[in-house]
Amino acid sequence: MKKTPLYEQHVNLKGKVVDFGGWALPIEYQGQGILVEHEAVRTAAGLFDVSHMGEVTVKGPDAEKFIQKMIVNDISPMSNFQIYYSPMCYPEGGVVDDLLVYKYHQEEYLLVINASNTDKDFQWLQEHLEGDVEINNISDQCAELALQGPKAEVILQKLTDANLSMLDYYHFLPEVNISGVTALISRTGYTGEDGFEIYLDPKDASFLWDKLLAAGKEEGLIPCGLGARDTLRFEVCLPLYGQEIDRDITPLEAGLGYFVKLDKNDFIGKDALMKQKEMGIPRKLVGFEMIDRGIARSHYEVQADGEKIGFVTTGSFSPSLKKNIGLALIDAKYADEGGEIEILVRNKALKGKIIKKPFVKKSVKGAK
Amino acid sequence: MANSNEFKFTETHEWVRVEGNKAYVGITDFAQEHLGEIVFVELPQVGDELSSGGPLGVIESVKAASDVYAPVSGKVVEINEDLLYEPGKINEQASESWLVAIEFNDSSELDGLLDDAAYEKLCQEED
Repeated sequence: MKKTPLYEQHVNLKGKVVDFGGWALPIEYQGQGILVEHEAVRTAAGLFDVSHMGEVTVKGPDAEKFIQKMIVNDISPMSNFQIYYSPMCYPEGGVVDDLLVYKYHQEEYLLVINASNTDKDFQWLQEHLEGDVEINNISDQCAELALQGPKAEVILQKLTDANLSMLDYYHFLPEVNISGVTALISRTGYTGEDGFEIYLDPKDASFLWDKLLAAGKEEGLIPCGLGARDTLRFEVCLPLYGQEIDRDITPLEAGLGYFVKLDKNDFIGKDALMKQKEMGIPRKLVGFEMIDRGIARSHYEVQADGEKIGFVTTGSFSPSLKKNIGLALIDAKYADEGGEIEILVRNKALKGKIIKKPFVKKSVKGAK
Repeated sequence: MANSNEFKFTETHEWVRVEGNKAYVGITDFAQEHLGEIVFVELPQVGDELSSGGPLGVIESVKAASDVYAPVSGKVVEINEDLLYEPGKINEQASESWLVAIEFNDSSELDGLLDDAAYEKLCQEED
Protein backbone atom coordinates (compact mmCIF):
# COMPACT_ATOMS: atom_id res chain seq x y z
CA MET A 1 0.00 0.00 0.00
CA LYS A 2 1.14 3.52 -0.73
CA LYS A 3 1.58 5.81 2.25
CA THR A 4 0.83 9.50 2.33
CA PRO A 5 3.30 11.84 4.06
CA LEU A 6 0.88 11.82 7.02
CA TYR A 7 0.97 8.09 7.65
CA GLU A 8 2.87 8.46 10.93
CA GLN A 9 0.35 11.04 12.13
CA HIS A 10 -2.52 8.66 11.45
CA VAL A 11 -0.85 5.85 13.35
CA ASN A 12 0.02 8.10 16.30
CA LEU A 13 -3.54 9.42 16.44
CA LYS A 14 -4.81 5.83 16.46
CA GLY A 15 -6.35 6.01 13.03
CA LYS A 16 -7.91 2.77 11.84
CA VAL A 17 -5.82 2.50 8.72
CA VAL A 18 -7.32 0.51 5.84
CA ASP A 19 -6.49 -0.16 2.20
CA PHE A 20 -8.26 2.57 0.32
CA GLY A 21 -7.71 1.90 -3.37
CA GLY A 22 -4.08 1.05 -2.74
CA TRP A 23 -3.50 3.82 -0.20
CA ALA A 24 -3.07 3.30 3.53
CA LEU A 25 -5.52 5.80 4.96
CA PRO A 26 -7.60 6.05 8.14
CA ILE A 27 -11.29 5.22 7.84
CA GLU A 28 -11.82 6.73 11.31
CA TYR A 29 -9.87 7.43 14.48
CA GLN A 30 -10.15 5.28 17.58
CA GLY A 31 -12.06 6.93 20.39
CA GLN A 32 -13.99 9.07 17.90
CA GLY A 33 -15.61 7.08 15.13
CA ILE A 34 -17.47 8.15 12.03
CA LEU A 35 -20.47 9.68 13.83
CA VAL A 36 -18.35 11.94 16.03
CA GLU A 37 -16.16 12.97 13.11
CA HIS A 38 -19.18 13.63 10.92
CA GLU A 39 -20.77 15.78 13.62
CA ALA A 40 -17.54 17.74 14.13
CA VAL A 41 -17.50 18.75 10.45
CA ARG A 42 -21.17 19.79 10.47
CA THR A 43 -20.88 21.84 13.68
CA ALA A 44 -17.19 22.81 14.13
CA ALA A 45 -14.39 21.51 11.92
CA GLY A 46 -12.57 18.40 10.77
CA LEU A 47 -9.17 17.83 9.19
CA PHE A 48 -8.78 15.21 6.46
CA ASP A 49 -5.71 13.81 4.77
CA VAL A 50 -6.57 13.70 1.07
CA SER A 51 -3.02 13.47 -0.19
CA HIS A 52 -4.01 10.47 -2.30
CA MET A 53 -5.84 12.74 -4.76
CA GLY A 54 -4.18 13.18 -8.16
CA GLU A 55 -2.89 16.43 -9.64
CA VAL A 56 -2.09 17.16 -13.27
CA THR A 57 -0.75 20.45 -14.61
CA VAL A 58 -1.77 21.66 -18.08
CA LYS A 59 0.41 24.39 -19.57
CA GLY A 60 0.89 26.07 -22.92
CA PRO A 61 -0.79 28.38 -25.43
CA ASP A 62 -3.38 25.70 -26.27
CA ALA A 63 -4.10 24.71 -22.66
CA GLU A 64 -7.63 26.11 -22.64
CA LYS A 65 -8.52 24.61 -25.99
CA PHE A 66 -7.25 21.20 -24.89
CA ILE A 67 -9.21 21.22 -21.63
CA GLN A 68 -12.35 22.37 -23.47
CA LYS A 69 -12.07 19.29 -25.67
CA MET A 70 -11.55 16.93 -22.73
CA ILE A 71 -14.30 17.99 -20.33
CA VAL A 72 -18.02 18.64 -20.62
CA ASN A 73 -18.15 21.93 -18.71
CA ASP A 74 -17.30 25.20 -20.46
CA ILE A 75 -14.25 26.87 -18.92
CA SER A 76 -14.30 29.92 -21.20
CA PRO A 77 -16.06 32.16 -18.63
CA MET A 78 -13.51 31.33 -15.92
CA SER A 79 -11.50 34.08 -14.33
CA ASN A 80 -7.98 33.61 -13.06
CA PHE A 81 -7.80 31.83 -9.69
CA GLN A 82 -11.25 30.41 -10.15
CA ILE A 83 -12.18 26.72 -9.99
CA TYR A 84 -14.75 24.77 -12.01
CA TYR A 85 -16.10 21.29 -11.45
CA SER A 86 -16.59 19.06 -14.47
CA PRO A 87 -17.11 15.48 -15.53
CA MET A 88 -14.73 14.19 -18.21
CA CYS A 89 -16.45 11.78 -20.59
CA TYR A 90 -15.85 8.98 -23.05
CA PRO A 91 -17.19 9.38 -26.59
CA GLU A 92 -20.12 7.15 -25.55
CA GLY A 93 -21.08 9.62 -22.81
CA GLY A 94 -19.96 7.59 -19.78
CA VAL A 95 -17.67 9.26 -17.27
CA VAL A 96 -13.86 8.88 -17.28
CA ASP A 97 -13.67 10.87 -14.06
CA ASP A 98 -14.93 14.01 -12.40
CA LEU A 99 -12.40 16.69 -11.64
CA LEU A 100 -11.68 20.22 -10.53
CA VAL A 101 -10.08 22.69 -12.94
CA TYR A 102 -7.95 25.36 -11.25
CA LYS A 103 -7.18 28.25 -13.60
CA TYR A 104 -3.99 30.23 -12.98
CA HIS A 105 -4.28 32.05 -16.30
CA GLN A 106 -5.16 31.36 -19.93
CA GLU A 107 -2.11 29.13 -20.41
CA GLU A 108 -1.83 27.35 -17.07
CA TYR A 109 -4.23 25.07 -15.24
CA LEU A 110 -4.21 22.47 -12.48
CA LEU A 111 -6.56 19.49 -12.68
CA VAL A 112 -7.40 17.69 -9.46
CA ILE A 113 -8.57 14.15 -10.11
CA ASN A 114 -9.62 11.06 -8.18
CA ALA A 115 -6.83 9.03 -6.62
CA SER A 116 -8.01 5.71 -8.02
CA ASN A 117 -8.28 7.20 -11.51
CA THR A 118 -5.00 9.09 -11.63
CA ASP A 119 -3.13 6.75 -13.97
CA LYS A 120 -6.15 6.15 -16.17
CA ASP A 121 -6.92 9.88 -16.42
CA PHE A 122 -3.35 10.85 -17.18
CA GLN A 123 -3.17 8.26 -19.94
CA TRP A 124 -6.52 9.43 -21.33
CA LEU A 125 -5.33 13.03 -21.39
CA GLN A 126 -2.06 12.03 -23.00
CA GLU A 127 -3.78 10.02 -25.73
CA HIS A 128 -5.79 13.07 -26.71
CA LEU A 129 -3.06 15.63 -26.37
CA GLU A 130 -3.14 18.14 -29.19
CA GLY A 131 -1.71 21.57 -29.94
CA ASP A 132 0.97 23.44 -28.04
CA VAL A 133 0.31 22.05 -24.59
CA GLU A 134 2.24 20.10 -22.01
CA ILE A 135 0.76 17.97 -19.23
CA ASN A 136 2.49 16.67 -16.14
CA ASN A 137 1.33 14.28 -13.47
CA ILE A 138 2.58 15.96 -10.29
CA SER A 139 0.57 13.80 -7.87
CA ASP A 140 3.69 12.61 -6.06
CA GLN A 141 4.80 16.18 -5.43
CA CYS A 142 1.52 17.20 -3.81
CA ALA A 143 0.17 16.54 -0.38
CA GLU A 144 -3.38 17.72 0.30
CA LEU A 145 -5.23 18.54 3.48
CA ALA A 146 -8.92 19.35 3.68
CA LEU A 147 -10.03 21.58 6.54
CA GLN A 148 -13.82 21.48 6.56
CA GLY A 149 -16.58 22.90 8.70
CA PRO A 150 -18.15 26.17 9.83
CA LYS A 151 -15.08 26.96 11.96
CA ALA A 152 -12.58 26.29 9.17
CA GLU A 153 -11.98 29.95 8.32
CA VAL A 154 -11.43 31.02 11.92
CA ILE A 155 -8.94 28.23 12.43
CA LEU A 156 -6.94 28.70 9.25
CA GLN A 157 -6.90 32.47 9.71
CA LYS A 158 -4.88 32.01 12.91
CA LEU A 159 -1.98 30.67 10.85
CA THR A 160 -1.91 33.03 7.89
CA ASP A 161 -1.89 36.74 7.05
CA ALA A 162 -3.86 36.16 3.86
CA ASN A 163 -7.36 37.60 4.20
CA LEU A 164 -9.48 34.47 4.00
CA SER A 165 -12.79 36.30 4.29
CA MET A 166 -12.06 37.68 0.80
CA LEU A 167 -11.63 34.22 -0.69
CA ASP A 168 -14.85 33.16 -2.40
CA TYR A 169 -16.28 29.70 -2.81
CA TYR A 170 -14.55 27.86 -5.67
CA HIS A 171 -11.65 30.30 -5.82
CA PHE A 172 -8.04 29.84 -4.75
CA LEU A 173 -4.91 31.63 -3.65
CA PRO A 174 -1.86 30.12 -5.35
CA GLU A 175 0.89 30.91 -2.85
CA VAL A 176 -0.09 31.49 0.72
CA ASN A 177 2.19 31.50 3.71
CA ILE A 178 0.69 29.33 6.45
CA SER A 179 2.94 29.12 9.50
CA GLY A 180 5.97 29.56 7.28
CA VAL A 181 4.87 26.91 4.80
CA THR A 182 3.94 27.88 1.25
CA ALA A 183 0.68 26.32 0.05
CA LEU A 184 -2.10 26.70 -2.47
CA ILE A 185 -5.43 27.09 -0.71
CA SER A 186 -8.84 26.85 -2.29
CA ARG A 187 -12.27 27.38 -0.85
CA THR A 188 -13.54 23.96 -1.89
CA GLY A 189 -14.34 20.66 -0.32
CA TYR A 190 -16.36 17.51 -0.42
CA THR A 191 -18.49 17.74 2.69
CA GLY A 192 -21.14 20.37 1.92
CA GLU A 193 -19.62 22.65 4.55
CA ASP A 194 -17.48 25.74 4.21
CA GLY A 195 -13.81 24.93 4.20
CA PHE A 196 -10.49 24.82 2.45
CA GLU A 197 -8.36 22.40 0.54
CA ILE A 198 -4.66 22.98 1.05
CA TYR A 199 -2.07 21.72 -1.45
CA LEU A 200 1.52 21.68 -0.35
CA ASP A 201 4.92 20.04 -0.63
CA PRO A 202 4.79 16.56 0.96
CA LYS A 203 7.75 17.46 3.17
CA ASP A 204 5.70 20.18 4.89
CA ALA A 205 2.54 18.14 5.30
CA SER A 206 3.06 16.66 8.76
CA PHE A 207 4.23 20.00 10.16
CA LEU A 208 1.12 21.78 8.91
CA TRP A 209 -1.19 18.94 9.95
CA ASP A 210 0.04 19.24 13.55
CA LYS A 211 -0.11 23.05 13.43
CA LEU A 212 -3.70 23.03 12.22
CA LEU A 213 -4.86 20.52 14.80
CA ALA A 214 -3.27 22.58 17.56
CA ALA A 215 -4.65 25.86 16.20
CA GLY A 216 -8.18 24.46 15.94
CA LYS A 217 -8.35 22.69 19.26
CA GLU A 218 -10.36 25.44 20.91
CA GLU A 219 -12.89 25.41 18.07
CA GLY A 220 -13.35 21.66 18.28
CA LEU A 221 -11.26 20.65 15.28
CA ILE A 222 -10.54 16.93 15.16
CA PRO A 223 -8.84 14.69 12.60
CA CYS A 224 -11.36 12.86 10.41
CA GLY A 225 -11.11 9.72 8.34
CA LEU A 226 -12.50 8.69 5.00
CA GLY A 227 -15.60 7.16 6.57
CA ALA A 228 -16.92 10.55 7.62
CA ARG A 229 -15.84 12.01 4.29
CA ASP A 230 -18.18 9.53 2.63
CA THR A 231 -21.21 10.09 4.89
CA LEU A 232 -20.76 13.87 4.65
CA ARG A 233 -20.55 13.97 0.85
CA PHE A 234 -23.40 11.47 0.56
CA GLU A 235 -25.83 13.56 2.64
CA VAL A 236 -25.34 16.55 0.34
CA CYS A 237 -25.43 14.24 -2.72
CA LEU A 238 -21.97 14.99 -4.09
CA PRO A 239 -21.19 12.20 -6.55
CA LEU A 240 -18.52 9.58 -5.92
CA TYR A 241 -16.75 8.01 -8.88
CA GLY A 242 -17.53 4.30 -9.11
CA GLN A 243 -20.89 4.80 -7.45
CA GLU A 244 -22.97 7.73 -8.74
CA ILE A 245 -20.84 8.15 -11.84
CA ASP A 246 -18.92 5.61 -13.82
CA ARG A 247 -17.96 4.46 -17.29
CA ASP A 248 -21.52 3.22 -17.79
CA ILE A 249 -23.33 6.24 -16.34
CA THR A 250 -23.59 9.56 -18.14
CA PRO A 251 -23.49 12.89 -16.29
CA LEU A 252 -27.04 13.55 -17.51
CA GLU A 253 -28.29 10.41 -15.82
CA ALA A 254 -26.35 11.28 -12.66
CA GLY A 255 -28.12 14.63 -12.37
CA LEU A 256 -25.01 16.58 -13.38
CA GLY A 257 -26.62 18.14 -16.45
CA TYR A 258 -25.85 21.59 -15.08
CA PHE A 259 -22.16 20.94 -15.81
CA VAL A 260 -22.76 19.60 -19.33
CA LYS A 261 -22.51 22.53 -21.75
CA LEU A 262 -23.89 21.15 -24.97
CA ASP A 263 -23.75 24.58 -26.62
CA LYS A 264 -19.98 24.85 -26.47
CA ASN A 265 -17.69 23.70 -29.29
CA ASP A 266 -16.88 20.09 -29.86
CA PHE A 267 -15.82 18.00 -26.86
CA ILE A 268 -15.44 14.29 -26.23
CA GLY A 269 -18.84 12.78 -25.55
CA LYS A 270 -20.83 15.68 -26.98
CA ASP A 271 -22.65 13.72 -29.68
CA ALA A 272 -23.65 10.93 -27.34
CA LEU A 273 -24.85 13.32 -24.65
CA MET A 274 -26.82 15.43 -27.13
CA LYS A 275 -28.48 12.35 -28.48
CA GLN A 276 -29.33 11.15 -25.00
CA LYS A 277 -30.86 14.49 -24.16
CA GLU A 278 -32.93 14.53 -27.35
CA MET A 279 -34.14 10.96 -26.95
CA GLY A 280 -34.94 11.45 -23.28
CA ILE A 281 -32.66 10.53 -20.41
CA PRO A 282 -33.42 6.88 -19.66
CA ARG A 283 -32.29 6.68 -16.04
CA LYS A 284 -32.33 9.13 -13.21
CA LEU A 285 -30.44 9.37 -9.94
CA VAL A 286 -32.95 9.66 -7.11
CA GLY A 287 -32.78 9.99 -3.37
CA PHE A 288 -34.81 7.64 -1.23
CA GLU A 289 -35.50 6.90 2.38
CA MET A 290 -36.15 3.47 3.78
CA ILE A 291 -39.68 2.83 4.97
CA ASP A 292 -38.98 -0.73 6.13
CA ARG A 293 -36.21 -1.38 8.62
CA GLY A 294 -32.93 -1.91 6.83
CA ILE A 295 -29.97 -0.23 5.24
CA ALA A 296 -29.53 -0.16 1.49
CA ARG A 297 -25.94 -0.43 0.29
CA SER A 298 -24.18 0.22 -3.00
CA HIS A 299 -25.19 -2.07 -5.87
CA TYR A 300 -28.31 -3.49 -4.18
CA GLU A 301 -31.04 -4.06 -6.76
CA VAL A 302 -34.00 -1.68 -6.87
CA GLN A 303 -37.40 -2.97 -7.96
CA ALA A 304 -40.87 -1.70 -8.69
CA ASP A 305 -43.82 -4.03 -9.20
CA GLY A 306 -41.42 -6.94 -8.81
CA GLU A 307 -39.27 -5.88 -11.77
CA LYS A 308 -35.69 -4.63 -11.65
CA ILE A 309 -35.63 -0.89 -12.34
CA GLY A 310 -32.11 -0.01 -11.23
CA PHE A 311 -29.60 -0.16 -8.42
CA VAL A 312 -28.46 1.64 -5.31
CA THR A 313 -25.37 3.79 -5.91
CA THR A 314 -24.79 4.78 -2.27
CA GLY A 315 -26.79 3.86 0.77
CA SER A 316 -26.15 4.42 4.42
CA PHE A 317 -27.40 5.50 7.77
CA SER A 318 -27.42 9.29 7.69
CA PRO A 319 -25.69 10.63 10.80
CA SER A 320 -27.31 14.07 10.45
CA LEU A 321 -30.86 12.87 9.77
CA LYS A 322 -30.66 9.65 11.82
CA LYS A 323 -32.44 7.84 9.00
CA ASN A 324 -31.51 5.15 6.53
CA ILE A 325 -31.30 6.79 3.14
CA GLY A 326 -29.78 6.18 -0.25
CA LEU A 327 -29.18 7.25 -3.82
CA ALA A 328 -30.31 5.01 -6.65
CA LEU A 329 -30.01 5.10 -10.41
CA ILE A 330 -33.40 3.98 -11.70
CA ASP A 331 -35.60 3.92 -14.78
CA ALA A 332 -36.74 7.51 -15.27
CA LYS A 333 -40.41 6.58 -15.37
CA TYR A 334 -40.28 5.56 -11.69
CA ALA A 335 -38.30 8.59 -10.58
CA ASP A 336 -41.06 10.86 -9.29
CA GLU A 337 -40.82 12.14 -5.76
CA GLY A 338 -43.06 10.28 -3.35
CA GLY A 339 -42.94 7.14 -5.47
CA GLU A 340 -42.50 3.83 -3.75
CA ILE A 341 -39.64 1.48 -4.64
CA GLU A 342 -38.33 -1.77 -3.24
CA ILE A 343 -34.72 -2.43 -2.41
CA LEU A 344 -33.43 -5.99 -2.30
CA VAL A 345 -31.59 -6.17 1.00
CA ARG A 346 -30.09 -9.62 1.39
CA ASN A 347 -32.78 -11.01 -0.93
CA LYS A 348 -35.64 -9.40 0.94
CA ALA A 349 -37.58 -6.64 -0.83
CA LEU A 350 -37.76 -3.73 1.59
CA LYS A 351 -39.88 -0.65 0.91
CA GLY A 352 -38.40 2.76 0.29
CA LYS A 353 -39.82 6.10 -0.76
CA ILE A 354 -38.32 8.57 -3.22
CA ILE A 355 -37.51 11.87 -1.54
CA LYS A 356 -36.00 15.18 -2.50
CA LYS A 357 -32.23 15.61 -2.98
CA PRO A 358 -29.99 16.74 -1.42
CA PHE A 359 -30.84 15.15 1.91
CA VAL A 360 -28.93 17.87 3.75
CA LYS A 361 -28.48 21.37 2.33
CA LYS A 362 -24.98 22.64 1.66
CA SER A 363 -23.88 25.50 3.84
CA VAL A 364 -20.89 26.74 1.92
CA LYS A 365 -19.84 30.33 1.58
CA GLY A 366 -21.73 32.00 -1.23
CA ALA A 367 -22.89 28.70 -2.68
CA LYS A 368 -24.78 28.99 -5.91
CA MET B 1 -14.93 -8.24 30.60
CA ALA B 2 -16.65 -9.00 33.91
CA ASN B 3 -16.95 -12.67 34.88
CA SER B 4 -14.95 -13.61 31.89
CA ASN B 5 -14.94 -17.23 32.96
CA GLU B 6 -18.57 -17.57 32.01
CA PHE B 7 -17.90 -16.64 28.44
CA LYS B 8 -16.82 -18.76 25.50
CA PHE B 9 -15.92 -17.40 22.10
CA THR B 10 -16.00 -18.26 18.43
CA GLU B 11 -13.33 -17.57 15.86
CA THR B 12 -15.84 -15.30 14.14
CA HIS B 13 -16.01 -13.05 17.23
CA GLU B 14 -19.27 -14.06 18.85
CA TRP B 15 -19.42 -14.65 22.60
CA VAL B 16 -21.55 -17.35 24.24
CA ARG B 17 -22.83 -17.47 27.81
CA VAL B 18 -24.62 -20.65 28.85
CA GLU B 19 -27.57 -20.72 31.24
CA GLY B 20 -28.98 -24.21 31.63
CA ASN B 21 -29.81 -25.41 28.14
CA LYS B 22 -29.79 -21.93 26.67
CA ALA B 23 -26.87 -20.19 25.03
CA TYR B 24 -26.97 -16.40 25.03
CA VAL B 25 -25.04 -15.04 22.08
CA GLY B 26 -23.56 -11.62 21.40
CA ILE B 27 -20.64 -10.12 19.57
CA THR B 28 -17.37 -9.41 21.32
CA ASP B 29 -15.85 -6.12 22.31
CA PHE B 30 -13.15 -6.77 19.73
CA ALA B 31 -15.83 -7.13 17.04
CA GLN B 32 -17.77 -4.00 17.98
CA GLU B 33 -14.56 -2.01 18.13
CA HIS B 34 -13.68 -3.09 14.61
CA LEU B 35 -17.16 -2.55 13.19
CA GLY B 36 -17.42 1.00 14.48
CA GLU B 37 -20.71 2.63 15.42
CA ILE B 38 -23.49 0.10 15.07
CA VAL B 39 -26.67 1.57 13.61
CA PHE B 40 -28.76 -1.45 12.70
CA VAL B 41 -29.33 -5.00 13.88
CA GLU B 42 -31.20 -7.75 12.06
CA LEU B 43 -32.17 -10.71 14.25
CA PRO B 44 -33.92 -14.03 13.60
CA GLN B 45 -37.40 -14.68 14.98
CA VAL B 46 -38.27 -16.65 18.04
CA GLY B 47 -38.82 -20.20 16.89
CA ASP B 48 -36.29 -20.10 14.04
CA GLU B 49 -33.96 -23.07 13.88
CA LEU B 50 -30.30 -22.19 13.56
CA SER B 51 -27.38 -24.41 12.77
CA SER B 52 -23.91 -24.03 14.14
CA GLY B 53 -21.80 -21.85 11.87
CA GLY B 54 -24.86 -20.72 9.92
CA PRO B 55 -26.25 -17.19 9.75
CA LEU B 56 -27.79 -15.79 12.90
CA GLY B 57 -28.27 -12.17 11.96
CA VAL B 58 -26.65 -9.06 10.57
CA ILE B 59 -25.05 -6.14 12.31
CA GLU B 60 -24.58 -2.96 10.36
CA SER B 61 -22.26 -0.16 11.27
CA VAL B 62 -22.10 3.17 9.51
CA LYS B 63 -19.48 1.56 7.29
CA ALA B 64 -20.88 -1.80 6.29
CA ALA B 65 -23.00 -4.84 6.99
CA SER B 66 -21.46 -7.82 8.81
CA ASP B 67 -22.91 -11.26 9.31
CA VAL B 68 -23.21 -12.85 12.73
CA TYR B 69 -22.98 -16.64 12.94
CA ALA B 70 -24.68 -19.08 15.28
CA PRO B 71 -22.16 -20.68 17.62
CA VAL B 72 -24.44 -23.66 18.35
CA SER B 73 -27.35 -25.38 16.67
CA GLY B 74 -30.81 -25.07 18.14
CA LYS B 75 -34.00 -23.09 18.36
CA VAL B 76 -34.17 -19.37 19.00
CA VAL B 77 -36.12 -18.94 22.25
CA GLU B 78 -35.53 -15.24 22.97
CA ILE B 79 -34.37 -12.22 21.04
CA ASN B 80 -33.14 -8.97 22.51
CA GLU B 81 -35.66 -6.58 20.99
CA ASP B 82 -34.13 -3.57 22.73
CA LEU B 83 -31.24 -3.77 20.29
CA LEU B 84 -33.57 -3.27 17.33
CA TYR B 85 -34.26 0.22 18.63
CA GLU B 86 -30.96 0.94 20.35
CA PRO B 87 -28.28 -0.92 18.39
CA GLY B 88 -25.62 1.44 19.77
CA LYS B 89 -25.85 -0.43 23.08
CA ILE B 90 -23.62 -3.07 21.52
CA ASN B 91 -20.84 -0.48 21.24
CA GLU B 92 -21.33 0.57 24.84
CA GLN B 93 -21.60 -2.87 26.43
CA ALA B 94 -20.86 -5.65 24.03
CA SER B 95 -20.66 -8.34 26.71
CA GLU B 96 -24.12 -7.52 28.04
CA SER B 97 -25.81 -6.94 24.72
CA TRP B 98 -26.94 -10.44 23.92
CA LEU B 99 -28.64 -10.81 20.55
CA VAL B 100 -30.48 -14.10 20.95
CA ALA B 101 -30.82 -17.06 23.25
CA ILE B 102 -30.57 -20.45 21.54
CA GLU B 103 -31.93 -23.60 23.12
CA PHE B 104 -29.22 -25.97 22.01
CA ASN B 105 -29.62 -29.60 21.03
CA ASP B 106 -26.10 -30.82 21.42
CA SER B 107 -23.96 -29.48 24.26
CA SER B 108 -20.84 -31.03 22.74
CA GLU B 109 -20.89 -28.21 20.19
CA LEU B 110 -19.87 -25.92 23.05
CA ASP B 111 -16.62 -27.84 23.49
CA GLY B 112 -15.29 -26.48 20.24
CA LEU B 113 -15.54 -22.88 21.43
CA LEU B 114 -12.54 -20.86 22.58
CA ASP B 115 -11.83 -19.97 26.18
CA ASP B 116 -10.74 -16.55 27.29
CA ALA B 117 -7.03 -17.09 26.78
CA ALA B 118 -7.40 -18.69 23.36
CA TYR B 119 -9.71 -15.92 22.20
CA GLU B 120 -7.39 -13.22 23.46
CA LYS B 121 -4.59 -14.81 21.50
CA LEU B 122 -6.73 -14.87 18.35
CA CYS B 123 -7.53 -11.18 18.74
CA GLN B 124 -3.90 -10.30 19.13
CA GLU B 125 -3.08 -12.20 15.98
CA GLU B 126 -5.82 -10.46 14.04
CA ASP B 127 -5.13 -6.96 15.29
